[in-house]
Amino acid sequence: MPRPTFPALFPLVVLLALALAPVARAGERPFITLASTTSTENSGLFAHLLPRFTARTGIAVRVIAVGTGQALRLARNGDADVLLVHHRPAEDAFVAEGFGIERRDVMYNDFVLVGPAGDPAGIAGAPDAVTALRRIAAARSPFASRGDDSGTHKLERELWAAAGIDAAAASGTWYREMGNGMGATLNAAVAMNAYALSDRATWLAFGNRGTHRLLFAGDRALLNPYGAIVVNPARHPQVKVALARAFVDWLTGPEGRAAIAGFRVGGEQPFFPWPKDRTDARGRTGSVPGHGHRRQESTAAIAAAPG
Amino acid sequence: MLPLILEGIGFRAGGQDLLAGVDLAIAAGPPTLFLGPNGAGKSLLLRLCHGLLTPTAGAVRWTGIDAERARRRQAMVFQTPVMLRRAAAANVAYGLKLRGLARAERAARTAEALALTGLAELAKRPARLLSGGEQQRLALARAWALRPEVLFLDEPTASLDPAATGQVEAIVRGIAAAGVKIVMSTHDLGQARRLAGEIVFLCRGRVAERAAAGAFFAGPRCAEARAFLEGRLTW
Amino acid sequence: MPDLWEAARLALALIVAGDPELVEIVARSLAVSLSAVAIACLAGFPLGALLAVVRFPGRRIVIVVVYTLMSLPPVFVGLLVYVLLSRSGPLGVLGLMFTPTAMVIAQAILVGPIVTALAHRALRGLYVEYRDQLCSLGARPWQVAPTLLVDGRTELATAALAGFGRAIAEVGAVLIVGGNIAHVTRVMTTTIALETSKGNLALAMALGLILLLIALAVNAAVLALGRDARGT
Repeated sequence: MPRPTFPALFPLVVLLALALAPVARAGERPFITLASTTSTENSGLFAHLLPRFTARTGIAVRVIAVGTGQALRLARNGDADVLLVHHRPAEDAFVAEGFGIERRDVMYNDFVLVGPAGDPAGIAGAPDAVTALRRIAAARSPFASRGDDSGTHKLERELWAAAGIDAAAASGTWYREMGNGMGATLNAAVAMNAYALSDRATWLAFGNRGTHRLLFAGDRALLNPYGAIVVNPARHPQVKVALARAFVDWLTGPEGRAAIAGFRVGGEQPFFPWPKDRTDARGRTGSVPGHGHRRQESTAAIAAAPG
Repeated sequence: MLPLILEGIGFRAGGQDLLAGVDLAIAAGPPTLFLGPNGAGKSLLLRLCHGLLTPTAGAVRWTGIDAERARRRQAMVFQTPVMLRRAAAANVAYGLKLRGLARAERAARTAEALALTGLAELAKRPARLLSGGEQQRLALARAWALRPEVLFLDEPTASLDPAATGQVEAIVRGIAAAGVKIVMSTHDLGQARRLAGEIVFLCRGRVAERAAAGAFFAGPRCAEARAFLEGRLTW
Repeated sequence: MPDLWEAARLALALIVAGDPELVEIVARSLAVSLSAVAIACLAGFPLGALLAVVRFPGRRIVIVVVYTLMSLPPVFVGLLVYVLLSRSGPLGVLGLMFTPTAMVIAQAILVGPIVTALAHRALRGLYVEYRDQLCSLGARPWQVAPTLLVDGRTELATAALAGFGRAIAEVGAVLIVGGNIAHVTRVMTTTIALETSKGNLALAMALGLILLLIALAVNAAVLALGRDARGT
């Protein structure tokens, strides 16, 4: 007698049922969607912070880790409830256009210049970041740029402009636009013996450093502040405003600040809670400039930078 | 439904007349054999009769019923048996299922057809793993199970050894004895002598001669048939 | 730089340890990709059979389009599904963005043309072989297609495996529509991409090797089933 069933499809159909189980499980407890940057995710910060927040509030946080630009676009489309990103002008524009409410300072760290241990362009002793870049350009040493219009890339272009160097004109020669994320750009920089501008957190957590070293840090121009924005429910009614606010409140409250300050990668502190009292912060900024000429292995030197 | 009437049948393909001006009436009775050399148009004529192809000229008509109803009362066995990728029994049952027969009826007819063709023991074997002779017998079982009134056979033993050929011919004789009209093509003179009631001799796309089998083998009237019988006509 | 040896040792250690996070990610990868392949096959196999059997105006154009869609870039499909499922998109109200369901949809779109085209190719050959016999037996077009699907099961299983290979290995689409959310939409390929971006190259390669092992298991299982079913 002919077989009534279709043997090849049978196991697939069984597995389909299995497959739908996790789909059905999703959404059991309240959650918010957080669009953030790769630096916060890749450094392990969220793995450190979020369980504490969830334990306190019962709210799960789903992190979409993309570049700042893409995170802002996701939020603009209503696909996220809250943002944690690091490009102040873009954040302000986002709020000004009515897509976000309540931008709050959360934390900061700094950008660093990394490169081959031999430092062929000699940037380690540069007095400031702009000089360091000038030396790289003068030596025509390879430089791996994000080239993806991310927050890091935007800052890098501002620095080139301040140095009076048209790096884009050298694209394809010593200046290499990777068009990729921070991690991929660092992987490429290591492979090409190139310099690169990285946020400190990603660099600290980066596992494929090869012979690359942190060569320059400490210039206040390299400050990297992170802000949190709740997406405006007037634009997207499904946004979970109350839950998102609870997250931002926690993050900027004593418990969140302590958790950020307590986070370590390889014994170092990659993120610093934003100073509560700006006057206090301003009062300590005097300590910053003197450090610019030295190789910096710690953010502590510019811990008082905001202000 | 017989006689089957062919009126002015022509078939043209690739700018060539493969068949032309075929007028035939195939009536009930002993087997009709299309005889002729390779390329004479025997297989083509069988396919036109069975309705697998539509003639480019003329018409094929059954007596008393339309082509659609006639289709369900005939069957065909091909030179290379087409075996479905399932068990031998399932190959037979498949055709019955297409006819909408109930499961019990399918089982009964399948068992009967397999027994008639000596394949009962192989019912559960994958059809494609059967030998050439067994496959052709299975094709006959599949056709016979349909209880056709007319059975078309296209050189059913062309690729079989003598023993397998003998088995197939015995089955065909049995089917014919049961009252089924056999219409069969062959280029094998011995087979034609053994099976034919009447001969339709085809040559270069035309019916060169039609005669009762005895008369044909005693003395064919047309020159081509004489040459063929003497083994001289190779085209 | 990690070598393959180191990656293999790490992969073995992960498997032996039965790391629960790894198990979860593997299970999710399989669930998403097998669901996508199942859906793609349910639609693609009958469509492939129809394209092999039924003649209609524009059939050749449809076939060329289907074959061309085998080259769909995963990132493009990811964006397409994103545009559809985003809260601002036409299907935004469903709230499917950044869920495994969205990943299944994206992969089904990627796999659909592959299984359809391979099914068409295989069943076309089978149909040429069967055509006269099925016509002689009086099969109608709607009876021919199921027959081809049953008899072409071995080739269709191969088509499904090719589709599975595409689905389980792609990262571009699931990264965009899934978002690589830990414990929600993180799968093998997005984890590999994440670990690569963290510079954990040995771990990334180890995960790649585990992915290959999973593919090996799936292929072996399907081919073993196929051997049982062959010819019967």
